[in-house]
Amino acid sequence: MLARPADPRLRGSALRRIAAATGGGYIASMLTQLANPSVFLRWSGAALPFLAAAAAVLLAVGLSMAWFLAPADYQQGETVRIMFLHVPAAWLALGFYAIMAASALGTLVWRHPLADVSQKAAAPIGAGFALICLVTGALWGKPMWGAYWVWDARLTSVLVLFLMYCGILALWRTIEDPSRAARAVSILTLVGSVNLPIIKFSVDWWNTLHQPASVLRPGGPAIHPSMLYPLLVMAAAFALIAVTLHLAGMRTEILRRRVRTLSLLEAERLDRQAA
Amino acid sequence: MDLGPHAFFILAAYAATAAILAALILRAALDHRAQVRALAELEARGARRRSDVTPGAPAAAGWSG
Repeated sequence: MLARPADPRLRGSALRRIAAATGGGYIASMLTQLANPSVFLRWSGAALPFLAAAAAVLLAVGLSMAWFLAPADYQQGETVRIMFLHVPAAWLALGFYAIMAASALGTLVWRHPLADVSQKAAAPIGAGFALICLVTGALWGKPMWGAYWVWDARLTSVLVLFLMYCGILALWRTIEDPSRAARAVSILTLVGSVNLPIIKFSVDWWNTLHQPASVLRPGGPAIHPSMLYPLLVMAAAFALIAVTLHLAGMRTEILRRRVRTLSLLEAERLDRQAA
Repeated sequence: MDLGPHAFFILAAYAATAAILAALILRAALDHRAQVRALAELEARGARRRSDVTPGAPAAAGWSG
């Protein structure tokens, strides 16, 4: 395995050489440029207010549709309104784990520092949406199934996902050096990604109390458009909130690393002065 | 709007979601503010990155930590 270049400038140029060698061409070099931390801080700072505003507007529209346009379900009654929170939260909990797994590849294969930053910023957001999924699922399960919790394959695998998020968050805090922490977390994240297909297909592979997929399934959605459209708008709103938080978290993490670097340099300077 | 006999579960789900999202947003805002403040304090004490203080050093193309 190649050693991580000591000079950060070499890492950037190495990435550009890889992009050129793999024939990525213009798009790859543009992505490389956008992933430069200083450039990232500039464009993400400009994009954040628009993303936050769009998320707020979409959430307001989605909630209005979920509460005032979507009808009560013929079997579940009004409790179906929990679906507009539960399903988008489940998608995002899975999606953010996939983002962490892709970033883990970025850390281990391309050794790009922004991949470390993306991984670290995604973890609390994914954990938050996994928790929303579990809590709203329990509150939906009690009136419909008669139990807040059952140890069926779908529920258990989502609980494992939440625990994976917690373990990853703990591991980030355990190792002080961010680069070493990122490599350890990357391995744990990639091992944990085995759980993603298990969650998705658990309702097909085992007999579960949880219903099978109704939206993302072969043959198209099985939900009536009067419920499907509010669900999709709520999912888009949650996704925008999550992306906004992710970009904001990445910016904060870059600042944290600058603070760490400057603190170390200041300590070195004080040591030299004292000597 | 009449939420029927399961109103508690519906409202609790929305309240829990709002609380978790609010916690995520608050955590992000407080963390960002703390890092900005720490960076400002360090820079006020004269702390600079090597690339900022070495004359003729090329601008960092990659990591700017």
